[in-house]
Amino acid sequence: MTKVAVEFTLNTREQNEFVETGSTLLSALRDRLGLYGTKAGCHQGTCGACTVIIDGEPHLSCLTLAERCRGKDVTTLEGLAPAGALHPLQQAFMDGFAAQCGFCTPGMILAAKCLLDRNPDPTRDEVVDAISGNICRCTGYEPIIAAILTAAQGLRKPARKRA
Amino acid sequence: MEYRKDYFAETQTQDLTEVGVTRQRSDALGHVTGKTQYYADRQFAGLLHLKMVRSPHHHARIKSIDVAKALKVPGVVRILTAKDVPQNIYTILCLIQVEPNDEPVLAFDKVRFKGEQIVAVLAESEAAARDAAAKVKIVYEVLPAVFDVEEALKPGAPLVNEYHGRNYFTYEGHHCRRVRHGDVERAFAKADHVVEEMYQSSPIEHAPTETTGCIVVPDQNDRYTCYSNTQALYFTLDNTALILNSPFHKLRLVGGTVGGGFGGKVDVITEPIAFLAAMLTKRPVKYEYSREEEMQVSSPRAAERIYIKDGLMKDGRITARKVTLYVDAGAYSRHSPYGTTKAAAHMPGPYTIPNVWVDCHCVYTNRTPSSAMRGFGVTIGDFALEVQMDKLARLIGMDPMEFRILNAYRDGDMKAHQKQVEGAALVECVQAAADLARWPIDDRSKTASSLKREV
Ligand code: FES
Ligand code: FES
Repeated sequence: MTKVAVEFTLNTREQNEFVETGSTLLSALRDRLGLYGTKAGCHQGTCGACTVIIDGEPHLSCLTLAERCRGKDVTTLEGLAPAGALHPLQQAFMDGFAAQCGFCTPGMILAAKCLLDRNPDPTRDEVVDAISGNICRCTGYEPIIAAILTAAQGLRKPARKRA
Repeated sequence: MEYRKDYFAETQTQDLTEVGVTRQRSDALGHVTGKTQYYADRQFAGLLHLKMVRSPHHHARIKSIDVAKALKVPGVVRILTAKDVPQNIYTILCLIQVEPNDEPVLAFDKVRFKGEQIVAVLAESEAAARDAAAKVKIVYEVLPAVFDVEEALKPGAPLVNEYHGRNYFTYEGHHCRRVRHGDVERAFAKADHVVEEMYQSSPIEHAPTETTGCIVVPDQNDRYTCYSNTQALYFTLDNTALILNSPFHKLRLVGGTVGGGFGGKVDVITEPIAFLAAMLTKRPVKYEYSREEEMQVSSPRAAERIYIKDGLMKDGRITARKVTLYVDAGAYSRHSPYGTTKAAAHMPGPYTIPNVWVDCHCVYTNRTPSSAMRGFGVTIGDFALEVQMDKLARLIGMDPMEFRILNAYRDGDMKAHQKQVEGAALVECVQAAADLARWPIDDRSKTASSLKREV
């Protein structure tokens, strides 16, 4: 097995890793770095549980080769907010009961983050489209869609929300 | 949410202060921060991966198993067959006196469904385990298979499960679970209408986002800890102890965090073999279903076929209900004998019917064993019953809500199961539903009460 060196940014920190050629980013995150916030539901690109953000776009880490992340900026759920703080999406998922078993939640939140970064005022249909690659078997999706719309609203007027 | 305290206020003894109040889930913070620890969110040095060799046939005799080539694959540590399992034949519900044991942990003489587990390969990596599993050579003699519950009960059908000796589960000497109340045939003869319909469902897979799995780790002093996503920790502990002939204190189960279950993680399948593998290799072992295995071999909700024959009077009273219900257990019992009993207990629905005849059959076929899933034994029956209720109402031109209120249980009525009704509330539920839906119902239905039957 050949190993290659990969330098990338992980949750705002420089990361240097030796990874096996052909191994996935998912396995690097979970098995090498112990970042278990990224989940594996299928290992075949169908469930979205392994979604991470690479250079601002949602990617399935089970289908992303670790060696292809050289020079990229990778964000996982652990990097979404500073320790002890919650991103408005996390708060809205909690308040809106958008997480039941919680297994789809990391992927859902990161897919939603990509949407809100690029479109702060999405329609319901745009939210549905943004999470259409993420399967949830517990909630029936409605609380998730509502939580994302609530978070979007909060992010647009943070001052008033805090008041 | 509104909590109406005016219903049955005289008999209400508790003050349910929590109902209707929003409380945060205790695990929500862990979920949204990715800190919730699922069973697989752990690392162990020297972890072995377990992959199963599964039956490609629905029904076949196993002529021979050859693991020589598989053992030569680099990274393979050990290969397990039925011979390695101390008590290979079990049934999950033996803990509640369901008999007989009818399922092998690892198949040896026969396979009874496609995907049944036969040989467990343990290797240093998943890839090596998969490669080696593909190199295990099993010779089969393919047998005729049966996939339909009624076909399986016909004389001459292939015998699926020798431990039962016939293709159905036996309930205290009877070929099915039965309910007898009054005389349905006499009531049919006197009824204004007799309506017979058939309903059926397909198996339903739970498809949890986290697949079924566990990791077993040897502790010091010959003790073993299993991290599992089972929904049934104690069932798993007890069954594993029986299968491995092991004292309970050597086995420890850690769990309770389940990435979606819905009843699909109630069977005891991955843990006993993973425990055994850890005991024999003295190394941590992970046995995790792939998504394909989750879809193909984990138990689904049973397929059911239900015949309902009703005697109906023009004034809306149902005077007789005859139900013949088949639960497709697949190749093994798992939770289906219990589910079938639940189905019988649930008939004829929440309605007072003076003549009832119910036969519920738990049938073995060469399909994937079915088991628990949300309200199993009841949900499909309810679908059939309520569609039937709509058909009956339509036939006599009666409003479907009024029709249900007329026939609903009232406190003090005699159920088909020879128990008096207590705590009935269907009348009030239908009234509330009609109200919310702004569905007009007549005065008699509006003033009806579960507490007494109006004359
Ligand atoms: S694990 Fe990557 S999409 Fe399912
Ligand atoms: S919360 Fe369980 S899969 Fe979405």
